[in-house]
Amino acid sequence: MVNYKISVTGKGKMKIMNEQKKYDDSHSLLIIMPSYNEADNLTAAVLDLRENLSDVDILVVDDGSTDRTKEVALDLGCRLLKLPFNIGIGGAVQTGYKYAYEKGYAFAVQFDGDGQHSAKSLPKMISVAKSGSWDLVIGSRYLEDNEYFTPLARRMGMVIFSRIVSMVVHQKITDSTSGFRVLSRRAIEFCANNYPADYPEVEVIPQLYFAGLTITEVPAGMKKRQRGKSSITWSKAIYYMVKVVLAISISLLREKPDKGREVA
Amino acid sequence: MLRTHIFSLVFSIFLFVIIIELIRRKKLLERYSLLWLGVAGLMMVVSVSRGLLDFLAESVGIYYPPAALFLVGLLFIVALLLHFSLVISRMSEENKTLAQKIALLECDIIEKENEV
Repeated sequence: MVNYKISVTGKGKMKIMNEQKKYDDSHSLLIIMPSYNEADNLTAAVLDLRENLSDVDILVVDDGSTDRTKEVALDLGCRLLKLPFNIGIGGAVQTGYKYAYEKGYAFAVQFDGDGQHSAKSLPKMISVAKSGSWDLVIGSRYLEDNEYFTPLARRMGMVIFSRIVSMVVHQKITDSTSGFRVLSRRAIEFCANNYPADYPEVEVIPQLYFAGLTITEVPAGMKKRQRGKSSITWSKAIYYMVKVVLAISISLLREKPDKGREVA
Repeated sequence: MLRTHIFSLVFSIFLFVIIIELIRRKKLLERYSLLWLGVAGLMMVVSVSRGLLDFLAESVGIYYPPAALFLVGLLFIVALLLHFSLVISRMSEENKTLAQKIALLECDIIEKENEV
C-alpha cells in the first residue's frame, strides 16, 4: 500500500512524493528493463537474468511498444509498467526508478531488454554495489578484453564521451555510454527526480557526481545485438554527440549542489 | 504617408482584430495572446507615427526608415518563436511526467486488484 503526498513546487511542477516508508529488506533489488518493441528479445534476456540471479524482481518498462512486448513480459511473470505512448529511453528508465523508489527497493539494476547485456557479470556488479561504498556501478565493456566488438566510428564517439566525462568527474570512466548499471537507494532517489530525456547514460554520470554520489566501474561482458537493428543512425549519432556535449557543458555552468550533501 | 505605412497599418489592425476575435471565441488563451497583441499594437503605433519610426531607424543606424518596420517585425517574430519553444519544452516535460504517472498508477491498480 503506497500513500502519496502531493506537493506543488514552483513553476507549477508537481512532485509526487512517497510518504516515509520503511523497507525492511535492505538488500532488495529490482531489475529495470526498458523495452521498446522487444517482444522477440525479451524472453532470452529474462531467462539469462533468472539463470544468473535467484529469485529476482524484474520490472519491464514497456515504452509504448506496438508489438507484443507487454504480453511477453506478463507471460514471463515480470512486473510491468506500460507507458501510454513512446516517451524515449530516458523517460522510460526514469519511470522504472520512480517505481523502485516508491516501492522502497534498496538497489536497482538497469538492464536492456534487447538481450545486449549479459547477466553473467551481474552478481559481481551487485556485490560491489552492496559493499556500500558506491552509488553507481557501471558495467564496462572496455575494462577487460572481451568479445564485444565496436565499429570504429562508434568506438571513437564513445572514447570522446568517456574522456569528457572522466575530466568532469575527476576519475577514469571507460564506458560512459553503457546502459548496464547498478544503482544504490541514493542514486535511485536522485534519478527518480532528475533524469535526462534522450541518450541519458552519459549525462547522468556528471549529474550524480555533482550530487555527491560515488561512481565505479566493473568489467561486464556484452553480446552483439541478437535481433533487430541498433537504434543509432548517422544523423542520430551526430545529434547524440552534440546534445550530450552541450548538456554536460551546461551542467558545468549550473550551480552545483554541495558535494557530499545528504540527498535526504 | 508611404505606401508601406498604409499597408502595415491595415495589416496590424487586421491582426489585432483577428487576435481579439480568437480570444473571444476561446480559441486562443489570454496568456498566449499578450505577445501577439503587443506585436499588433506596436506595429500600429510605428505605422502611424513617422517621427517614432524615423527616430527608431536613426538610433539603430538604418538609413531607410521603412526598413525599420521589418526589423521590428522580425525581432518580434524571434521573440514569439523563443516563447513557443519555452512553452513546448515545459509542455513536453509535463507530458512525460503524466505518462510516467499513468504507468505507475495503472500498475498500482493492477496490483491492488490482484490482492483482492
